[in-house]
Amino acid sequence: MQKRMSDIVFEGLLRIADDNLILGHRTSEWCGHAPTLEEDLALPNIALDLIGHAQALYALACEVKTEYKNEDALAFLRLEHEYKNLLLVEQENGHFGNTVLRLFYFSTFMKYFWSSVKEQCCFEKLKNFSEKAVLETSYHSQYASQWVVTLGDGTEDSNKKMSDAVLKLEPFLGELFNNDDFTKECFQKKFLPEPLSLFDKWKAEVKLVFTKANLDLPYITLKKRGGRKGEHSEAFGYLLTDLQYMQRTFPNSSW
Amino acid sequence: MTMRKNTEKAWDALRELTDPELPFLTLNDLGVIRDIKIRQDNYIVTIAPTYIGCPALSVIEDRITSELKKVGIEASIEKSFSPPWSSDWISESGRKKMEEFGISPPLLKDRRSSGDAVSKKVKCPQCLSSETEKVSEFGSTACKSLYRCLDCKEPFDHFKCV
Repeated sequence: MQKRMSDIVFEGLLRIADDNLILGHRTSEWCGHAPTLEEDLALPNIALDLIGHAQALYALACEVKTEYKNEDALAFLRLEHEYKNLLLVEQENGHFGNTVLRLFYFSTFMKYFWSSVKEQCCFEKLKNFSEKAVLETSYHSQYASQWVVTLGDGTEDSNKKMSDAVLKLEPFLGELFNNDDFTKECFQKKFLPEPLSLFDKWKAEVKLVFTKANLDLPYITLKKRGGRKGEHSEAFGYLLTDLQYMQRTFPNSSW
Repeated sequence: MTMRKNTEKAWDALRELTDPELPFLTLNDLGVIRDIKIRQDNYIVTIAPTYIGCPALSVIEDRITSELKKVGIEASIEKSFSPPWSSDWISESGRKKMEEFGISPPLLKDRRSSGDAVSKKVKCPQCLSSETEKVSEFGSTACKSLYRCLDCKEPFDHFKCV
């Protein structure tokens, strides 16, 4: 059965918004815990950007489908299986190096994602949004890449920790580039790019940074997936209890 | 004619409205208010957020609508990301005020893209030395990064160039 365009736009926006919200939440967990004061400013700032992107995308999603009252309803009041984010972004932070490596992978991907949306997207409002988003994700990618090089090309210990982080995140990268029936449909309708089409550019950039960082490239195959279908890992349940606490305890509370 | 008069009244009402995070700058100094128009008797104020996730955004929206209400205008706000807000839109007086307040203003586009390394240097707002270094990509707010002066040793905020 052919899906209606509004359903496609809604689901497509939800996937990207959920990725940003959940990584934003994870990143915000560093607030007050980062290794230096500067990083304690940087990470919550990035978290704000990511959550800001999520908020804007949820707002667009509410415009195309009116069954959710507002962006808060989408962010805070859905059940676990209704979130469509990647497994990559919901994993626990691990150490600082692990956190910046994941941010580097994700923001570099999003940078190319938004440039592609900017080039070609039938949904005018998302196309407008992408012009700004491409600048902000480039900044995140730039910030994270500097840390990957600093730590990878640092001491023997920091290099070892970064190499471990590469292995730890490796199983989750396949899902980032996985084309499925839905991404195909989005592409055919000229709405969103197919993830795999961004792989070559992404890999070239990761390779450049990893060479400077003395790190081996990850071997990417489709190992772990499920997030796009709402099948999440154990860590996600704990994350949601934290994220949704205020709205569940004090329903409809607002600032 | 009346329409132009009415939007002028709205522009006037918003002229002195300041930014919540940079209270010494007006929203006009920052170039955040892009357009005011009347569509079917409704006032639409278009703003270009400096950052998508800027936490001051809802305060800015509230301030605009309540300021307009004072002069009898009901308005709604529309956000625009295209063209994306640029630090080049900050007015000359805005850049001056920034410097007086100890924040180094963003470099203009032609200087950013020039190959000349000296003109790309960020100047210390305290002693005006060009011997400075970046401490962190991110400062006290999303729109600033953190620098240090190598001459007077003072740390300072530099407004990011975007």
